[in-house]
Amino acid sequence: MNPAIKNTALFGLVGILLLGTGVVQGWNSALLILNMGLISAIMALGVNLQWGFAGLFNIGVMGFVALGGLATVLISTSPVPGAWQAGGLRIFAGLALGAATVVAAVIAQKQLTGRTRTIATLIILIGGFFLFRSVFDPGKAAVEAINPASTGNLGGLNLPILLSWPVGGLLAAGAAWIIGKTALGLRSDYLAIATLGIAEIIIAILKNEDWLARGVKNVIGLPRPVPYEIDLQSDPGFVERAASLGLDPVTASTLYTKMGYAILFTVVLLILLWLAQQALNSPWGRMMRAIRDNEVAAEAMGKDVTARHLQIFILGSAICGIAGAMMTTLDGQLTPGTYQPLRFTFLIWVMVIVGGSGNNFGAVLGGMLIWWLWVQVEPLGLGLMNILSSGLEDGSALKDRMIESAAHMRLLTMGLVLLLVLRFSPRGLIPER
Amino acid sequence: MDFLNAIVALANFVIVPGLAYGAQLAIGALGVTLIYGILRFSNFAHGDTMAFGTAMTIIGTNALLALGITFGPLPTALLALPFGIGMTVFLVLGVDWLVYKFYRDQKAKPVILVIVSMGVMFVMNGIVRFIIGVNDIRFADGERFIITAREFRDMTGLREGLAIRTTQVITVVVAVIAVALLFWFLNKTRTGKSMRAFSDNEDLALLSGINPDWVVKVTWMIVAALATTAGVLYGLDKSFKAFTYFQLLLPIFAAAIVGGLGNPLGAIAGGFVIAFSEVTITYAWKKVLVYMMPESLEPDGLVQLLSTDYKFAVSFAILIIVLLFKPTGLFKGQSV
Repeated sequence: MNPAIKNTALFGLVGILLLGTGVVQGWNSALLILNMGLISAIMALGVNLQWGFAGLFNIGVMGFVALGGLATVLISTSPVPGAWQAGGLRIFAGLALGAATVVAAVIAQKQLTGRTRTIATLIILIGGFFLFRSVFDPGKAAVEAINPASTGNLGGLNLPILLSWPVGGLLAAGAAWIIGKTALGLRSDYLAIATLGIAEIIIAILKNEDWLARGVKNVIGLPRPVPYEIDLQSDPGFVERAASLGLDPVTASTLYTKMGYAILFTVVLLILLWLAQQALNSPWGRMMRAIRDNEVAAEAMGKDVTARHLQIFILGSAICGIAGAMMTTLDGQLTPGTYQPLRFTFLIWVMVIVGGSGNNFGAVLGGMLIWWLWVQVEPLGLGLMNILSSGLEDGSALKDRMIESAAHMRLLTMGLVLLLVLRFSPRGLIPER
Repeated sequence: MDFLNAIVALANFVIVPGLAYGAQLAIGALGVTLIYGILRFSNFAHGDTMAFGTAMTIIGTNALLALGITFGPLPTALLALPFGIGMTVFLVLGVDWLVYKFYRDQKAKPVILVIVSMGVMFVMNGIVRFIIGVNDIRFADGERFIITAREFRDMTGLREGLAIRTTQVITVVVAVIAVALLFWFLNKTRTGKSMRAFSDNEDLALLSGINPDWVVKVTWMIVAALATTAGVLYGLDKSFKAFTYFQLLLPIFAAAIVGGLGNPLGAIAGGFVIAFSEVTITYAWKKVLVYMMPESLEPDGLVQLLSTDYKFAVSFAILIIVLLFKPTGLFKGQSV
């Protein structure tokens, strides 16, 4: 079959699935799936950049997504009155001291030799740590003491939330630079473990550093880039237009806001997809694939493999950060407790592998398709279990167990999909050209 | 007297828990390192293999309890352990035959096998949830303490108590037995020697007539036994929850890498290094320091270097430091 027709058909399939969802389960659910699908597609684009283009095995996607989420809080919430005076400066002085300690230790490592090096590094690190704690801790305590029930953090800059999307990308890029500097020289397995660990640490920081974004107390009620449903419902013009389309104002307003998000996300996705396509087809993209396919040969041709890896690691992570900020914007809240590696790292990997690593359209397709499946497996599984157990009498233990276990179908299905694709179509649905 | 109190406090809060946790990590890391040595990939499904083995053991325990069989003062789970190991052996051999064998025959790159193991991880995680659900399950029964803090205080007259839980002692004893058996097997038996040969140099081992299929099978069986044992010990000591076991992957990998991937001795050392660093860095040292220091210097804070929630950060930081300065781990491991 002609690949162009096949790819169009595959995207058409996603469209049909979404339309089917709309008809069967309501347009609200369909738009909900579409919105998260678009965000997942962007995350998959980021991972595809790292894995598909450059062969970097990053399983710390969750961390970058969470950093993007942090950006929304830091940008869009209003500053907490008195927090900066109480301890904000102390906190930043402490953080600066911590950073200076690390820099000093690195310099000591580079400049000194022998036993003096070890001793000097240890003294700098241990001394720096206690200095950092002594400056940082009082500031942190002071900030967290301000009205802990509703704030207790520094608050944000009160800027439009759309600004937080690029900032989320920047935050993730900064973290990726630090990680890349330390871990990119390592073998693929080690890089994988290192990124897995970093992601867990980022989540631990988000959960515990209450001064930053309230930790597990969550930040709720983030501002939105689209109108609120309640405002639309009280707007006579909107109600009139809804009535002319034959919709009641409540449904119309929810659909309207979701459509707004969908348009915003589609714009971002299209821009990033276009950029990724340009990159793929440029000399830079060819160089990346050359490095991926044979590092030694690329190095012999004078390519700086480590620097290129760092570059693409940062770019891919930044895209994940943007997606993370968009997701938190869509949710309207930052809940660090909900970040789980299975959902935010490994699921994204399933999307990339199933869609077709090395192909941007494949990543987008995988993101949308797998997200649809992830959401729909539960109702589908429940239906399946109902049919399978229909022969059993009501209230029997086996029947209850089967229906109850439908809730756990998700992970099993995702694993099976991944294994089947890897086995029978290892290059994915839309293979790399 | 103060000095003795400090030692007892240290033993109670750092040494005893650290030993037990270290032993659990060490057995877990042994499984990871064996897979890496023989099959040459990092097995991300290891945490979920542990969870599966533990879930099976819990089912066995419940069946035994329903029959009225207990292990006296010891946890019944120890009696059910062979059943759990058997089921896990069955599972991993099935997975190997269904999934991994294909890629081995193709001589796929290790990183592909890692991704495949991610798929296996999803499936196993799903199976465990199917079987036993997502709730926290405590299955330790029998005598809870060998010596409680109060008994210790009454016995010695010290102000500090030393509580030793049965599960902690069992962990260490079982770990010693398991490790002794493993090393005996690797060093003294014919199969064990061929495993080591295979790990050192695959081509040479094949040339000298070692049957690779047999080596791989035996490896999976040993790994299943180790994973189940580690999982059950951890579950007895703390509690069983599918998600926690998945998270154990990080310290276990850290232990295996710190010790040197592919090196069994290193895995054990790595387990204890990671466990003791986690415990000491997240322990509030005030109690010990109060005894050790003159009153004027008494610390006013908790003297906790990092909050306990950062224990992942500790294992990870050690991992990075070791990798940067000694890329093959403390004991010489393999590198691909």
